[in-house]
Amino acid sequence: MAELTYRDAVARGIAQEMERDSDVVFLGEDIGKAGGVFKATVGLYDRFGPLRVRDTPISEQAILGAAMGAAMTGLKPIAEIMFSDFIAVCFDYLANQYSKSRYMTNGQVKCPLVVRTANGGGARFGAQHSQSVENWCMMIPGLKVVAPSTPLDVIGLLAASVRDPDPVIFLEHKSLYATKGEVPDGEILDHLGTAKIVRAGTDATILALALMVPRAIAAAEKLKAEYGVNCEVIDVRSLVPMDTQTMLGSVARTHRLFTVEENPRLCGWGAELVSIIADEAFYDLDGPPVRITTPHIPLPSTDILEDRAMPSVDRIVETVRKSLGS
Amino acid sequence: MATKQSRAEVTLADDISEELHLRIYRMQVELRESEQRAYDLFLQNLVKGTSHLSLGQEAVATGFAAAMEPGDLTFCTYRGHAHTLARGVPMERVLGELMGRDNGLLRGKGGSMHLTSVEHGVMGSYAIVGAHIPIACGAAWRAQYKGDKDVSVCFFGDGTTNIGAFHEGLNFAAIWKLPVVFVCENNLYMEYTPIGDVTAVKDPAAGRASAYGLESIIIDGQDADVVYRTAKTAYDKARSGGGPSLIECLTYRYSGHSRADPAKYRPEGELDFWRGKRDPIRIYRERLLQAGISESTLLEIEDVVRQRVEEATAICKAAPPPPAEILTTDVYADGGWAWRN
Repeated sequence: MAELTYRDAVARGIAQEMERDSDVVFLGEDIGKAGGVFKATVGLYDRFGPLRVRDTPISEQAILGAAMGAAMTGLKPIAEIMFSDFIAVCFDYLANQYSKSRYMTNGQVKCPLVVRTANGGGARFGAQHSQSVENWCMMIPGLKVVAPSTPLDVIGLLAASVRDPDPVIFLEHKSLYATKGEVPDGEILDHLGTAKIVRAGTDATILALALMVPRAIAAAEKLKAEYGVNCEVIDVRSLVPMDTQTMLGSVARTHRLFTVEENPRLCGWGAELVSIIADEAFYDLDGPPVRITTPHIPLPSTDILEDRAMPSVDRIVETVRKSLGS
Repeated sequence: MATKQSRAEVTLADDISEELHLRIYRMQVELRESEQRAYDLFLQNLVKGTSHLSLGQEAVATGFAAAMEPGDLTFCTYRGHAHTLARGVPMERVLGELMGRDNGLLRGKGGSMHLTSVEHGVMGSYAIVGAHIPIACGAAWRAQYKGDKDVSVCFFGDGTTNIGAFHEGLNFAAIWKLPVVFVCENNLYMEYTPIGDVTAVKDPAAGRASAYGLESIIIDGQDADVVYRTAKTAYDKARSGGGPSLIECLTYRYSGHSRADPAKYRPEGELDFWRGKRDPIRIYRERLLQAGISESTLLEIEDVVRQRVEEATAICKAAPPPPAEILTTDVYADGGWAWRN
């Protein structure tokens, strides 16, 4: 057991998989000699060499396209897109190529690859380097979408993503890179499509993803301490496939549902979840499901405004408290 | 511009055997006849949706495919029927796909623009212009990394040279010295617009080669022997670690861009010129006759091909549509489409 940062967990997860399988290769901008702009891939170039850890030009289409060509002919590439906002310039591969090749070739073309990218706000980078793009990815049939919140989950879910036979978009949260967590020694392997109850509770279910998970936990502690409200917090972890059974089970016990989403409001993952709960657990609910999201705006740069935009611990506490009438 | 222009000679030579000459002839006739049949089936409303024919461009597909080794990989665009057939994919599987039948290559799930046959090395027909250029680079990267000897061959039109992925992919292939051959079929039109009207250089592919440290190569795309020799040279270079090649083939499509296009934008006489003077099958037929191959041999080949087209058409007409249950298969690797538990 060792304490590891989220950023070091990325390098450890990649190294674990590259060590295990020589078909795993890694490409992206500044990932090799420089160790990544977030220093999340330090040491991999020295350990695995320039043929397996390949620095690329600033060519996001070439990065994602090459990853696909390698994947469909036998390798298991991990491609890095430095900031998730840049997915917009190579979205063709997500929207049209990775996601559709298996279906439209009647199962002939396989695309086992992982696209890692730094997602999310809180770093004061402004509207083009701070977005939460999970909803861009999850709306496309054929992709899998994962977003870990702890160092342990980074390793376990990254390993599961690399070993998965489908294309996986792996969203690391850039404001979590410096956070720490306990990680056991030895190989770590988790499962896609599994949510995790990270705080048990009885009065309401709070669903959260990535950076919103520690905020939801902190809010739940505050709600308990200050208002006697005992919330269950679920780390969604995997948007596709989605572990809706864990969420339905929780709502059946708590009878209230809150989502905490960093993405701008329209078509956020919570909207899909709320619709599932409304369809399948309507009579379990004692009150309306409530979505706590970033407003439908681009993210501003300065800290005062950015902090106001993203769901905060205080906003979660206030929203839950008022909704429950506590 | 300090680029070297290489224009191959048009001659009959010993490097292509008689057997290969006849195979090349037969394939060109096969592509012509099957594309013509695809068009006829449109008119009968048995092929729906859209389709992009390669009538007039048969020598490019044939020459590059004939020079490939088994295991070499073809990546093509939505104008991919000819490239798919040229790798030996049975005609009824291609026509069946165009007709949306269960015997189609993709059981009707892909259609005309996505013909794929991995077992024949046809790694896909890509309908987003330029997308497959980086993809072919990735396949070539795998060959380089694993020490495999196959070459990835990527076909595209002149219009592709103006999209970003082309430039990203060319640079990528060049810096990594990948075993990939890029083939531009310059048929003079970017969809409905003359390519020269929208391109900064005269030769849309060859004129860009120097930007990526590549030799500028333009060849007669209507002469299958020239195409074959050029292909062989490029494949040998790729296989021996010499890196990528970019080859611009001057060719012409007889039909419009797609089914919806009557191609009225072409100047009068242009189509007649290409059909009359530059038709790849006519050029090849005359050469074979001059080289002493008998008229009856060629007629027999033509008859056999036409017979094949009739057989393939009959098979497809008799084939059932795909069963409804494949609607939701193969979205994910588990064979299904489930995104939640």
